Amino acid sequence: MSEATREIEELTEASYEFGFSTDLDTDVAPPGLDEEIVRLISAKKDEPEWLLEWRLKAFEAWQAMEEPDWAKLDIMPIDYQAISYWAAPKQKPVLDSMDDVDPEIRDMFDKLGIPLHEQKMLSNVAVDAIVDSVSVTTTFKATLAEAGVIFCSFSEAVQDYPELVREHLGSVVPVRDNYFAALNSAVFSDGSFCYIPKGVRCPMELSTYFRINSQNTGQFERTLIVAEDDSHVSYLEGCTAPQRDENQLHAAVVELVAKDRAEIKYSTVQNWYPGDENGVGGIYNFVTKRGRAHADAKISWTQVETGSAITWKYPSVILQGDRAVGEFYSVALSSKRQQADTGTKMIHIGKDTTSSIISKGISAGNGQNTYRGLVKVMRSAENARNYTQCDSLLLGKDCGAHTIPYIEVKNPGAQIEHEASTSTVGEDQLYYCRQRGMTEEDAMSMIVNGFCREVFNELPMEFAVEAQRLLSVSLEGSVG
Amino acid sequence: MLHVENLTAAIGDKPILKGVDLDIGEGEVHAIMGPNGSGKSTFAHALAGRDGYEIGGVATLDGSDLLEMTPEQRAAAGVFMGFQYPVEIPGVNNMYFLRTALNSVRKARGETEVGARDFLAVAKQAMELVEMKQDFLDRAVNAGFSGGEKKRNEILQMAVMEPRLAVLDETDSGLDIDALRIIASGVNALRGPDRSMIVITHYQRLLDYIKPDFVHVLVNGKIVQSGDHTLALHLEDHGYADFVNHDLDDAPEKPLTGAPS
Repeated sequence: MSEATREIEELTEASYEFGFSTDLDTDVAPPGLDEEIVRLISAKKDEPEWLLEWRLKAFEAWQAMEEPDWAKLDIMPIDYQAISYWAAPKQKPVLDSMDDVDPEIRDMFDKLGIPLHEQKMLSNVAVDAIVDSVSVTTTFKATLAEAGVIFCSFSEAVQDYPELVREHLGSVVPVRDNYFAALNSAVFSDGSFCYIPKGVRCPMELSTYFRINSQNTGQFERTLIVAEDDSHVSYLEGCTAPQRDENQLHAAVVELVAKDRAEIKYSTVQNWYPGDENGVGGIYNFVTKRGRAHADAKISWTQVETGSAITWKYPSVILQGDRAVGEFYSVALSSKRQQADTGTKMIHIGKDTTSSIISKGISAGNGQNTYRGLVKVMRSAENARNYTQCDSLLLGKDCGAHTIPYIEVKNPGAQIEHEASTSTVGEDQLYYCRQRGMTEEDAMSMIVNGFCREVFNELPMEFAVEAQRLLSVSLEGSVG
Repeated sequence: MLHVENLTAAIGDKPILKGVDLDIGEGEVHAIMGPNGSGKSTFAHALAGRDGYEIGGVATLDGSDLLEMTPEQRAAAGVFMGFQYPVEIPGVNNMYFLRTALNSVRKARGETEVGARDFLAVAKQAMELVEMKQDFLDRAVNAGFSGGEKKRNEILQMAVMEPRLAVLDETDSGLDIDALRIIASGVNALRGPDRSMIVITHYQRLLDYIKPDFVHVLVNGKIVQSGDHTLALHLEDHGYADFVNHDLDDAPEKPLTGAPS
């Protein structure tokens, strides 16, 4: 093994800095899943009858479904009966003031660097923080309310805005959509709800922070964002988890509805615990994210995925209205024994719809990175256009990069472009940078960040800095 | 200032440099000429610290042992190499790269780092030397640059880094006459009593513009003749035939394969 290869392999040894767990008193349901658990969750949350019925329908559907096995993922069998489907910090969350939040939870978010404290609110990001399953606090409610924007936990929305939730829940991702979406629909615990009224430009960026804390629990959050005609919102999502030896399941569903001329920008920095270099522990991340774009609307997904042992995730856009626009920008890093099978689906239905896909996959250590994307142009989609660019970067020789594009075109007027490349961080590049005085580690970090530039440019400033830092941390130890 | 004694370099069991002796004084410009495969680029890389060679002998800069240092330590000590094939780094802004490079060596020397605004002034001045426009700084490092632009970028970096010793490896290759003139005048402007240079070239042409104090002929891994600039003129007329024997034709110029350049 050459010196450089050995050094690159040390990539996998970067430690996970968010691996602490907080000693919160939690209220956990016994492991296992049956109809009673679904009823228990619904009852704990004091839900209306229609929602319970909806959950039960989903549970019934889930029982008849089989886990998908088409992804290029090597997964240990998941014992769904060994997981607890409900875990909430015991202290009843109080949402009116930051000071009422459990100090231990506050400490935890301080460690994560989340702007929960009053003094940090200057950063102008409204945060909904979700620990395990329950939404703990939502900042900035008052400011948002003035603009007419609703931003609250999903549970609250069910209580306070039942008609809005009922109208849109499952309208983009139906309960039977896929195995994990059905599971989520049956047992989802909490999540965020966001509603932007007609013509309103949301005055600040909205942010949700997800944290899995308890042991042997799954996290199943549900996010629903509805942007009425001519409205605009930018939404950020961050995720971390403690270091545990067992695998934890995360199966979320995110639904976006962008009505006529509305714009939703959804950015994710996902840093769930990836497991150690032997593949022990780590989050199994099975996420269904989809948006429906009406006429002249735009939905943009940006994701930076550096965590999780398994990532199964295809944020999609249904381009339903004429001239709708869908975008997908992704950086996915797989190191250690991480496996990522991720990409997007762009479904063109309306006329003159356009979509663009920029995917950057980075593989290191024994990581396996697969881009899987579908571009589908329906017969009705006159003059649809898509541009896809998939670039893979390999660091070391025991990792893999795979690109699996699916293109289905039923309208002959469509224009579809697909470009793909695979490259390595060359020893030439590292040497060039080092000759200019940079350490090998700085050089590696610079080159990898450069590779991701087009995606980072799409992130809000604060998140872009965070993403760069995350990549650098994940690449730490790449040089000896 | 630079002292090289019996320097050898090999890739595996294949010797490339077979004992090079060279002394360079303050402010001197030395040209190294030689046919393909004679070891010219290897000599440059041996000084800059590229991985992949078995190195023997002595090379010191201002009394410090270069051979003990990593490439970045050599850069901090003042060694700058102008690459024959400058490397592309997609997505990394040229200005950011330059400033990171400058601040890396400043940091290693215990000097304060240069802020963005001060750096812009430094960069602008350097750009005038090589007749570059502002947008040059906004592009990604060497990505999509023409051959001439890449070489000018090397000289721009040299102007910013202000090295003690500049090793310019075939800076003239692939240049048209206008680009050659610009680069040569940039190099000449950077000559000074505190800066020594090694100019590696195939052709006398470059030496019409950059007048060396000494010329050395490197053949088959050894310096076979040294002289003043008239030696270059002699080579122009007679080629390397006087020095060349036929057993060096298969000596590789580049030590590594597989990596993109």
